[in-house]
Amino acid sequence: MSLHIGFPTALIYYSHFPFWQAYFNRLGVEVVTSSPTTKAILDDGAREAVADACIPIKLYHGHVLALKDKVDAIFIPRMVSLNRRTTFCPKFLGLPDMIRATLAKLPPIIDLQVDAGRNFWGLWPTCRGVAELLGFSRRLAWNAYREGSHYQQAFQGLLLKGYLPLEALAKLRGEPIEPAPLRPGSLNLAVLGYPYQVYDGYISLNIIAKLRKMGVNILTLEMVPQARLYRLSRRLPRRLFWHFSSLVVGATYHYLQQDDLDGIIHITAFGCGPDAMVDKIMELDIRNYKQGRIPFMSICIDEQTGDAGVNTRLEAFVDMLLQRRAATR
Amino acid sequence: MKKVSFAHMGYSYLGFKQLVEDMGFEAIVPANPSPATLDLGVQYAPEFACIPFKTVLGTYLEVLNRGAEMIITSGGVGPCRAGLYGLLHEKILRNLGYNFEIFIFDPPLTGLVPFFWKLRRVLKETRLSWLAFIDVVRRAWAKLKLLDELEQMATATRPYEIKRGATTSAFNQCLEIVDRARSSKEIAAAGEECRQLLQSVPRDEERRPLRIGIVGEIYVLLEPFMNLDIEKTLGEMGVITNRSIYLTNYTTTDVLAHGTEDIRQIAHPYLNQFVGGHGQSSVGETILYARNGFDGVVQLAPFTCIPEIVAKSILPRVSRDFNIPVLSLTIDEQTGRAGVETRLEAFVDLLRQRREQMEARSNAALLPGY
Repeated sequence: MSLHIGFPTALIYYSHFPFWQAYFNRLGVEVVTSSPTTKAILDDGAREAVADACIPIKLYHGHVLALKDKVDAIFIPRMVSLNRRTTFCPKFLGLPDMIRATLAKLPPIIDLQVDAGRNFWGLWPTCRGVAELLGFSRRLAWNAYREGSHYQQAFQGLLLKGYLPLEALAKLRGEPIEPAPLRPGSLNLAVLGYPYQVYDGYISLNIIAKLRKMGVNILTLEMVPQARLYRLSRRLPRRLFWHFSSLVVGATYHYLQQDDLDGIIHITAFGCGPDAMVDKIMELDIRNYKQGRIPFMSICIDEQTGDAGVNTRLEAFVDMLLQRRAATR
Repeated sequence: MKKVSFAHMGYSYLGFKQLVEDMGFEAIVPANPSPATLDLGVQYAPEFACIPFKTVLGTYLEVLNRGAEMIITSGGVGPCRAGLYGLLHEKILRNLGYNFEIFIFDPPLTGLVPFFWKLRRVLKETRLSWLAFIDVVRRAWAKLKLLDELEQMATATRPYEIKRGATTSAFNQCLEIVDRARSSKEIAAAGEECRQLLQSVPRDEERRPLRIGIVGEIYVLLEPFMNLDIEKTLGEMGVITNRSIYLTNYTTTDVLAHGTEDIRQIAHPYLNQFVGGHGQSSVGETILYARNGFDGVVQLAPFTCIPEIVAKSILPRVSRDFNIPVLSLTIDEQTGRAGVETRLEAFVDLLRQRREQMEARSNAALLPGY
């Protein structure tokens, strides 16, 4: 029987899962993911996690709890950096330690460090370490690493083509899925935020699906090459320290340069540290840009946020955009 | 003369006042933060910024309204948000229509060249030579060191004082004496005078105060307004407090160097990664306090402070493993004095009972057969 390794369906699942799935599969290890978020998972996480953590971190605790009895080990990489310029939010840096200190009776945790900014080897040192830990040869690890990189690239390619992360994951699994076409004449809305917050159907209250139902074209930060986002984020006098924050700020500047943009929505979590800065920067810079003619809405979500409230705000925002359009034509 | 101001952080404003004035600027000394300062900051700050951000923003608004033209502040290296505060403060204040210069000094080790360029630009404004500047810094540093020493003396004296509040009033006198001293000689003399003043507070040496360590984020630790005078409150309950951070020792270990190695080593089994701010130190210092036989630890964290959230989720386990009670206090603009005092009283009561129980048990072990 092969080894089963748990991968919680939260945080980096939405940005890095294809790499690790392909890597582990090539090693002959079964990757078990937790089910998509449910109320029970979130409640479990919120009960166990430290009270002032943000909702994605609480959710991660919930997903680990959902996995812990089904797997031989849980993979919680310590995400430190992916490039020289930025690191991850401190909660990512301390994540394995937080999980270990908070949750009891866990299977072994594989918590190797991902610190790709330190040298030019990228994820390879982490992969080598994981293989050593599990007792696989370095040669096999290298092949698995190559395969993981290949899948990750395919994933990024799909995202650039307009797939949302969950759609791209399904496409990689071989399901026949096409990205939602951009309809000319519809509203173009940039929906920005951290992938683990925006694409988790439960904690984002399906904002993207709701907007699509209203006939809106959705633009996300994954649809722009990361190098461009990083370049644009340098417009700030000082670079933001965090990877995802740099992407969000870069995407804000990118979409502000597009002529046919109708509005920007920022989805953020209650108590998110980096977003306290990012949200204010977005608010001020969007106002300064184009004489403040781009409407901006920030939606802050916690475990109490209700569906109806968000519906009302989205409908009002979209109605307002439609009226503006009718008035300018 | 250019009017220069800075953030208010504990009693360090006396040192910075001297620094700025000796450099040839006019110092706009920030007033002690008050609820009005905080309200002002809260009004314009992002909702989830931590309370230091809001207080500092409020202070800047106050000093700018009093006519400050230049603000000197510190930066940071991340991943704690404090490193970006200068940037966002500037953006918010400019957006409100204020016109001023801001100099954000990052720790010199992260970039010596930009550090010296900025310093040169500041010095050019005052036509101060480098040599004279070094002397100015040395005297300000001596003052900051003296202030830290006096604060430590005051906390060590307070639990023994016979008349409640005597230490605090002596300490306030000390602040005035220190403020008047300017030259190295005067500062040394002021130091002597203040030490004597604090030593002459009538003390009851019979008492056996509890010992509590205080860990957490530097700004809430240093600024009595924000930690609701926790050291004074605990001191007057008869507790010796030991704070893990003082401005001058923090500057020498963490700003001018890469942190104290042993704290990281100690924290290693629980938090094996620098998480920015004081997250790792909070864990390490707690273990250190436990080893040194302290009765308990209080963690002070601003609401939404990321490194302290990481530490807070780990501390319960440290507390279990090392058998030391830990009280985590999260502070934001809604925190009330009475609520904090009640919690502190309960915590101190718990520690007293715990000590009595432990002593009773060890006495029983000493006298078998009774």
